[in-house]
Amino acid sequence: MFYRENGQFKTSYGTDQQIFPIAQDRFAILAILAFAFIAVPLLADEYLFRAILIPFVILSMAAIGVNILVGYCGQISLGSGAFMAVGAYMAYNTFVRFDGMPLIVALLSGGFFAMLVGIFFGIPSLRVKGLYLAVATLAAQFFCDWAFARISWFTNNSSSGSVAVSNLSLLGWTIDTPTEKYLFCLGFTAVVALVAKNLVRSAIGREWMAIRDMDVAAAVIGIRPMYAKLSAFAVSSFIIGVAGALWAFVHLGSWEPAAFSIDRSFQLLFMVIIGGLGSIMGSFFGAAFIVVLPIFLNQFLPAVGELVGVTISTGMISHAEFMIFGALIVWFLIKEPHGLAKLWSIGKQKLRLWPFPH
Amino acid sequence: MKFKSVALAVALIAGSASALLSAPAALAQEKVQFFPSLTGRTGPVAPNATPFANGFNDYMKLVNARGGINGVMTLVEECETAYATDRGVECYERLKGKHGGATVFQPLSTGITFALTEKVAKDKIPLITSGYGRSDSQDGMVFKWNFPLIGHYWVAGDVILQHIAKKEGGWDKLKGKKIAAVYHDSPFGKELLPILQERAAMHGFTLQLLPVPAPGVEQKAIWLQVRQQRPDFVIMQTWGVMTATAIREAVAVGYPREKMFGTWWSGAEPDLKDIGAAAKGYNAVMMQHGAEPQSDVVKEILSKVHGKGQGAGPREEVGQVLYMRGVVGAMLAVEGARAAQEKFGKGKPVTPEQARWGYENLNLTQAKLDALGFKGVLRPISTSCADHMGSAWARVHSWDGSKFVWASDWLQADEQIIKPMVKASADKYAAEKQLSRRSPQDCQS
Repeated sequence: MFYRENGQFKTSYGTDQQIFPIAQDRFAILAILAFAFIAVPLLADEYLFRAILIPFVILSMAAIGVNILVGYCGQISLGSGAFMAVGAYMAYNTFVRFDGMPLIVALLSGGFFAMLVGIFFGIPSLRVKGLYLAVATLAAQFFCDWAFARISWFTNNSSSGSVAVSNLSLLGWTIDTPTEKYLFCLGFTAVVALVAKNLVRSAIGREWMAIRDMDVAAAVIGIRPMYAKLSAFAVSSFIIGVAGALWAFVHLGSWEPAAFSIDRSFQLLFMVIIGGLGSIMGSFFGAAFIVVLPIFLNQFLPAVGELVGVTISTGMISHAEFMIFGALIVWFLIKEPHGLAKLWSIGKQKLRLWPFPH
Repeated sequence: MKFKSVALAVALIAGSASALLSAPAALAQEKVQFFPSLTGRTGPVAPNATPFANGFNDYMKLVNARGGINGVMTLVEECETAYATDRGVECYERLKGKHGGATVFQPLSTGITFALTEKVAKDKIPLITSGYGRSDSQDGMVFKWNFPLIGHYWVAGDVILQHIAKKEGGWDKLKGKKIAAVYHDSPFGKELLPILQERAAMHGFTLQLLPVPAPGVEQKAIWLQVRQQRPDFVIMQTWGVMTATAIREAVAVGYPREKMFGTWWSGAEPDLKDIGAAAKGYNAVMMQHGAEPQSDVVKEILSKVHGKGQGAGPREEVGQVLYMRGVVGAMLAVEGARAAQEKFGKGKPVTPEQARWGYENLNLTQAKLDALGFKGVLRPISTSCADHMGSAWARVHSWDGSKFVWASDWLQADEQIIKPMVKASADKYAAEKQLSRRSPQDCQS
């Protein structure tokens, strides 16, 4: 009842092809953006920013990158953590080795170098598919783990292998408090989400989806597989690299190579699988699920235990987190293999008919 | 059916209402000194970090049983990090403001220490990193909020090399020898290397670096290299399941355990008791205390804490090496708060900044330590503005197949070598972060 587009007639191609053709959608997105940019900084406390909102925003950008590669182009990648690491370390090097380097240029340069590395490790995708490509990207992950631990140039010859950045500022505005960090990351993510959405709606996005669905047929009708696959790797790695640079600079502040290990790659892959492959909105849902759920369980389980009168040790809570998390992922994929985004679109469809289901 | 669902709903509402109502009641409790405990009860270091957390917990309960810190009771809340830096930072953010403010953090991880060093300066909460963390944080004029009390890795490395030199008959006998360092490939592992490199340059032995990638359960390649190269000694900077794996691999390649020396996180019962007699002869440097089952504080904990059924872990664990390290960590945290109370007002909880002053002005004489129950376990500790470590003594123990026996006397790390290294590294950090050294006036506050 509320979600029908009765009376919304399009009078130009532009309005017909916009991202949110239904007026309710446009209002909802504007409301969400207003809430995120204006209301959240006023309402949230420091812990919520540092532990939940900032990781959520940065990882959803990374999940958008992974979704472009895995969800839209169908190239399985287990090397996302490595691309984040490349983005972080190259942004660090650009920031530290050049005096007065602007922050945004350093972050984008991290993305640029991640793009080059992504293209290089995407070359095997021209020959292998599926599980074998996953192994090739796994090689990227381990190679980058080794490179950043072993080659001291990347860490500016630090003896401990741990690097740190501080005093971030943008055109005179110092990015110091959690609120400012959150707004900075949110700005980046909003722009990247818009760019990614437009890319996947365009010709190149349709090429990626054609390659995903049936690459032989795509080649037959004239889509160049090399161009499509490598451009997917390039765009995806750029976004993941910028997310990695933001993760290191804004969220961590001080990091070591273990911050971008294989666990990070798996985490990003789970985010897009649970959120929904081939959906920009799904990246946000998946990131929210993976970021918030462990913390929620960590706080909720002791409370539940107290209700029943049982004190659960911290070790047991950690184990229970893993078990519940894994069980939820399995249950989820059985109930809705296409992820949270599909659940949301089913919900939207039902909203069109509500309250008159048939 | 309907009655069941209504009854279930009522029960849930009643339960949640009682939980919500009990929360404000819990807030209106007496003032306490809050000591957060970042634990590693799961993950790659679980067998080793669990006794530490239990010892920490038990000593804090003992302090309460003794009457608290001049009447102020201690409160411990644990947060599981699984030795992961990001979880450690999240635990820090969650606990730093609770229960009136965290007094001091002990992250039990060099990785987490690196991540928190910048944050604690802003949040003004001290960090105790006894026996780990940044070695250059001994320089309190640069690192105002970091306290590597009673030892850091450069002390450990120096004492191991002193012990080896003594066994060989002098520093000059080390010339031309090969010493391999098997270390965890992380800031924790790499922190040992500068002192080894410094001594190698001074005395002419070659240092071979063998990094082991985390979590370190796969070390066959490393130990095949050891078998091929045959270094004269192997120094291990490992933690958690890595250590036991390393010793098993050493047994497999036949490298004599008498020539293996671990640092103080690489030589405790969880690492060796499963290997038993095959590990006989393995040595480790200890940060003053080893396994101390006969000490007075252990007897007191057994009677006043475990005797009342309040022990955090099994009784057999009390007195073991890592349990004692937790006890010592808790003791240092409490004594710093007590010293701060002397200055800022007895009988009420101290703020983190006041506690920081306490840690900077610790003066634990042998008489005080004996009274606390640490006779024969610890030597006097005295910190100052310039020296946040307080003591550079250590000794080496070795595994005889079923327990540890002392293999050396008390050895003191050579501060003539370590202090200039600490100052140079701290200056480099200050230059990078554009900090200036603290002024003498700042030291008085």
